[in-house]
Amino acid sequence: MTIYSFIGSLEQGLVFALMVLGVYLTFRVLDFPDLTVDGSLPLGAAVSATLIIGGLDPFLSLVFAMVAGALAGCATALLSTKLRIMSLLASIITMTALYSINLRIMGRPNLPLLGQPTIFDAFPSSMMPRHLLIPLVFLVIALSWKFILDWFLHTQVGMALRATGDNPQMIRAQGVNTDTMTILGVSLSNGLVALAGGLVAQSQGFADVGMGIGTIVAGLASVILGESLLGARSVAWQTLSALCGSLVYRLTITLALSTHFGFLRLTPSDLNLITAVLVVICLTVPLLKERWRGVRR
Amino acid sequence: MIEIRNLTKVFNRGTINEVTAISGLSCTIADRQFVTIIGSNGAGKSTLLNLISGRFPLDEGEILFGGLNVTRWPEHRRAAHVGRVFQNPRSGTCASMSIEENFALANGRGLKPGLRWGVNQRERELFRDKLALLGLGLENRLKDKVGLLSGGQRQSLTLLMATLRPPQLLLLDEHTAALDPRTAEQVLALTRQIVEEMHLTTLMVTHNMKHAIELGDRLIMMHQGRIVLDVEGDRKRSLTIQELMNEFAALKVGEMADDKMLLVC
Repeated sequence: MTIYSFIGSLEQGLVFALMVLGVYLTFRVLDFPDLTVDGSLPLGAAVSATLIIGGLDPFLSLVFAMVAGALAGCATALLSTKLRIMSLLASIITMTALYSINLRIMGRPNLPLLGQPTIFDAFPSSMMPRHLLIPLVFLVIALSWKFILDWFLHTQVGMALRATGDNPQMIRAQGVNTDTMTILGVSLSNGLVALAGGLVAQSQGFADVGMGIGTIVAGLASVILGESLLGARSVAWQTLSALCGSLVYRLTITLALSTHFGFLRLTPSDLNLITAVLVVICLTVPLLKERWRGVRR
Repeated sequence: MIEIRNLTKVFNRGTINEVTAISGLSCTIADRQFVTIIGSNGAGKSTLLNLISGRFPLDEGEILFGGLNVTRWPEHRRAAHVGRVFQNPRSGTCASMSIEENFALANGRGLKPGLRWGVNQRERELFRDKLALLGLGLENRLKDKVGLLSGGQRQSLTLLMATLRPPQLLLLDEHTAALDPRTAEQVLALTRQIVEEMHLTTLMVTHNMKHAIELGDRLIMMHQGRIVLDVEGDRKRSLTIQELMNEFAALKVGEMADDKMLLVC
């Protein structure tokens, strides 16, 4: 692995860490398996790119990207809570609808941002080279959101949100509307994912309707990787695990893509296969450890 | 005062599994009354509690809390008036959250959660004092996850949480049934202490006739979704297990007679 591909995977790990925090919110905190993210990531990219081309400030375009993502999450949560559609199915429905919506927003499958202003232009190029600036900006944003989530999940609303995922019966008995909490949590989650999408579009210079494929699996892989490496003892620790999981996941992918297995050479098109294998490994390692202990006893 | 008027609940209506769980039940519970409810399996005891708490929608009838008609209120809205302890010790607490976080959620029962920090120092002192009453040493373990505690400890916590903010009505749904006999007695003693000290209006469902007689000042026996025995005052105090057994036996005889009549007709 070269230093450039190392920094490149760090950059990816940091920007997708926002998406991983979003997946952590639904998958771990709310216990709501949410596939909407495969659509809300390109939604964020599409909204941000379209607005920048339309002349809007790149920073402001990210706010709109987040709002759009939150609306997508809200749609999924409404389907699930008010219409009683199973959460997994509800999110697949929204994800499918978002494909068409994203094409509508962009007007075509791929929208380049060549020569357009991005948030990185706010920092003078004399300050530091772009390949260092971008990861640094992403690091600051990812850490900020980690701390915001740490705070939020310890407020009264945040605690009610965690309780909704843990024991809905209990928190309803305390007078909390679990439907409202689910809508809030899934919206916030998809807002974060869409923000990641907008940032990816601005850093790689284009938005693509297909860029969301495999987002949920990558997100799950990162959450599970982080947990198995660092554990999940407290909320602050869990969000840290999510960040680190995202970094380790991208590094692992980069490493796998730069390795030869005999005659076989992996290419970027094998990415989703590698991710799938990685998730299976992460999910089964605890089980294998348990069995191994059982055998030795 | 809690008023229950002509309550009916039918499960699986219109299918071959149709069950009438509660059938035209009416009952008025005075303030500060401690009512124990007994009955065989399927008598409708738990369903009655679940209808009062709003967990299930009712088919017919009305429920009033102190003159306030709550019949159409969803479960979470009624929670402002109702404290609950469930049969399963896992149901009343969040395992992944700490003792103090669980208490803080209970302390906010019926209030809109805001963006303030979830647990503050003043609350912590209150929780510590309450937990010290248990004598289990939990007052020094505020940061421990509830999932680490035993069933009996969790049930005691749930009871404290349900009464942290004095509820207009306390619902105890066989809350000692899943505990071992010694722990059950401890939780029951705590129940008696809290209800007496706070003068709470209480409905306690139990399978244990001894508990139903020993606790409370009114006893209701249910059968097939109806109240078949309702005693209070001196009669409740002088009630014996043998008398209750006889009542149960009489119900069984009645059932057999019904069956025979069906056969004859």
